[in-house]
Amino acid sequence: MTRLALALAACLLLAGPALAISDPSEALPNKQEEARAVAIGRQLRCLVCQNESIEDSGADLARDLRHIVRQQVAAGRTNQQVIAWLVKRYGDFVRLKPPFEPSTYLLWFSPVLAVAAGAGIALMARRSRPAAPPPLSPAEQQRLRQILDT
Amino acid sequence: MNRRRLLLMVPFAGVVVAGAGFLAMLEREQEGKFDPRSVPSQIINKPVPAFSLPGSPGFASTDLRGRPILVNFFASWCIPCVEEAPELMALRRQGMPIYGIAYKDKPDATAEFLARHGDPYAKLARDEAGLVAINWGVYGVPETYLIDKQGIVRWRNVGPLTPQAVTAELQPLLRRFA
Repeated sequence: MTRLALALAACLLLAGPALAISDPSEALPNKQEEARAVAIGRQLRCLVCQNESIEDSGADLARDLRHIVRQQVAAGRTNQQVIAWLVKRYGDFVRLKPPFEPSTYLLWFSPVLAVAAGAGIALMARRSRPAAPPPLSPAEQQRLRQILDT
Repeated sequence: MNRRRLLLMVPFAGVVVAGAGFLAMLEREQEGKFDPRSVPSQIINKPVPAFSLPGSPGFASTDLRGRPILVNFFASWCIPCVEEAPELMALRRQGMPIYGIAYKDKPDATAEFLARHGDPYAKLARDEAGLVAINWGVYGVPETYLIDKQGIVRWRNVGPLTPQAVTAELQPLLRRFA
């Protein structure tokens, strides 16, 4: 059993992190620029697979978008400018992290709302619970003892 | 006690409301009115993004003016494009000008596709790099856009054009922007 566990642990260690599948020829020669392009790409949704970032996706469109991000990074555009360029074409949906604005308040506040609703229900349930019965009087205690003894 | 019972009903009511919501969503999805994967177009009611593409004879954004025109992004390697081919041919027979943009396709393959499934296009351009498509916000083929006579994008259809989409969506818009 322990041997199996050890073998599994070894597999996990050997597997290492899944890196972007982009082939090395896509990367920018400048290490810093490449790091910045990866950071931007991680925030952008692949529109074909939809639950992957363009850095992780193998889709054709994702490769094109990675290329555009790298071109713009190399041209010295800021992260915000690159993301805005894509949002202009594909909308906020292209951002994996939705922006904080009136239409997304419900989304962002939903954890707080859920906790508040749960706390409210717990509080109300507690309040409506009947009070504990008063302690037994000496006469009642004596009677109880009698019953138990017989 | 009464209040407690009422509180116990809250989770049940929540489940009922959520269930009704999901049911409505599924029904709308089945009727084709709702697609959870569709990405809303960002160029509706905006001028056509500027471009100029080669082809036979090819066309540019400035050509999309003067009358309502359909622009259809397609590819010979795209299966849903085969599905919508009869619908495009029917529109062409009704006199609707359709301009085609072959997305990431080889000219020979495009020609073969049109020979096999019919050529509904008044003009045909090639977007081999797929960059013009990105400027339009295209994320798959086929996609079809209606451009009004001022060169403003009025409608987009993602996926194969269906007879329902033509009668329920396209035709009312054509009457409005004729």
